[in-house]
Amino acid sequence: MKSKVPAYPYFGWMAVFTIIPMLFVLYFAFIGDDGQFTLDGFRRLADPYMIAIFLKSLWLALLTTIICLLIAYPMAYILSRMKLNTQRTMMLLVMLPMWMNFLLRIYAWMMLLENNGLINKLLGFIGLGPFQLIGTTGAILAGMAYNFLPFMVLPIYSVMTKIDGSLIEASQDLGCNFFGVLRRILLPLSFPGVITGITMVFVPAASTFVISQRLGGGELMIGDVIEMYFVGAEPNFNTGASISLVLMLVILIGMGIMNLFDKDEMEGMLI
Amino acid sequence: MKKVGSKLYLGLVFLFLYAPILVMIFFSFNASSSKYKFTGFSLRWYARLFNDSALMEALLNTLIVAFLAAVLATVLGTMAAIGFHNMKKRSRGIAMNISNIPIINPEIVTGVSLMLLFVAVLRPMGLQLGFFTVLLSHIAFNTPYVILNVAPKLRQMDKNLYEAALDLGCSPVQAFRKVVLPEIMPGVTAGALMAFTYSLDDFIISYFTSGTFQTLPVYIYSLLKKPIPLSINALSTLLFLLVLTVLLITNIKDIRQSRREARGLAG
Repeated sequence: MKSKVPAYPYFGWMAVFTIIPMLFVLYFAFIGDDGQFTLDGFRRLADPYMIAIFLKSLWLALLTTIICLLIAYPMAYILSRMKLNTQRTMMLLVMLPMWMNFLLRIYAWMMLLENNGLINKLLGFIGLGPFQLIGTTGAILAGMAYNFLPFMVLPIYSVMTKIDGSLIEASQDLGCNFFGVLRRILLPLSFPGVITGITMVFVPAASTFVISQRLGGGELMIGDVIEMYFVGAEPNFNTGASISLVLMLVILIGMGIMNLFDKDEMEGMLI
Repeated sequence: MKKVGSKLYLGLVFLFLYAPILVMIFFSFNASSSKYKFTGFSLRWYARLFNDSALMEALLNTLIVAFLAAVLATVLGTMAAIGFHNMKKRSRGIAMNISNIPIINPEIVTGVSLMLLFVAVLRPMGLQLGFFTVLLSHIAFNTPYVILNVAPKLRQMDKNLYEAALDLGCSPVQAFRKVVLPEIMPGVTAGALMAFTYSLDDFIISYFTSGTFQTLPVYIYSLLKKPIPLSINALSTLLFLLVLTVLLITNIKDIRQSRREARGLAG
């Protein structure tokens, strides 16, 4: 028990299945099909069309994160102030959709949003529409927010349950109004959960594929582009690896900045 | 007034979360092949589902991969967590950071990087992506979660317990089996369960490393290309009920256990 020998197999494992694959991404990002050094992949990424896709992906991920945060924060607060047994049931209900494969959840949204889908039918009853819902940016955002909402609720809820209710009462007794309580008690104490939630939503949202293809009417996000270059009709590992590398760096830098605000983010990540 | 507002808000969020699923469940019993018009109750989509041999094969593949990946990741991860625990703080920090790369990285990058490794190794040998590459990938992204579950249990454990066992005549292996393992067991099982469910659910990494081998999520993805067969509603309903049952059982067990603990404290 005093020895580190039991970890040796995993050291070998990490070398082969974590570090070497990363080195392969790095290698292919700079080496073309002919085995020569090239910057073609990065040149293709610098194309205005590609930059627009990249920025749009980050922008949509940011909007998704904000939507999730706005929905999840009050929700987590309300849940954390309920009776203990009710809380348990409610959290079960929040997590339940998350355990269904995300492809099926996307399919459900496709059904709801289609031109003669349920939402347009309901709007038809009150004399509205039909609206073009599927194939819009709104549809992508709805699908992504739906998909990632539980990842925002869980970490915020888990820090909210630790906030002592008497702190809130004390601040109210001392003259804090609603915004005072929010600004002076809730936000500072729930901040680590918020940071964890933001990273848990933003990272998968920025790199997602499938969602935009299916709900956005063939609109591409950066994940779709990476998919295309690796398993599409005309694969180009060089370009795909270049884009993956840049995506990874952008996200790692973003997370590094977030980490400056929060020390033990891994604890919150364990659901 | 405030309470009514909270309840209304929760209700709306739950409507957002469940409306899509309920619509799928409702239409899974539709007699006609219309996606939007409910013409009558029937189980024809369920019958079609069970006659879909490709789907049944994908389901079996998923279960085999998830089971093997969970078992192997749990063994590898538990050993790693024990080894990490005995390292100096600094080198442990570095090891944990490398270990966590698959968790932090966007899934698509992990998938692509593993695909590049497998293609580079297999192509010269004339081999294809398939069952083994999926299994290896699943172990790779599951093991860090096992470590994250086991490590806190090791930290909480009293250091002297192991040494006491040795002093009392246990061999190191006996001491591990009789003292350490029972202490960290909750973390080990939690890690194994997490690994199993993540493995069942994984689409992105499997997609890049599976070749022609199909797991259930990869098969579902192939269905999402138009026209979508309506049996997908029946599939969603069954999976939803399965997840609901499993969660209810574990939850009831939790509640019973916490009651028992509460009673124990009171007595």
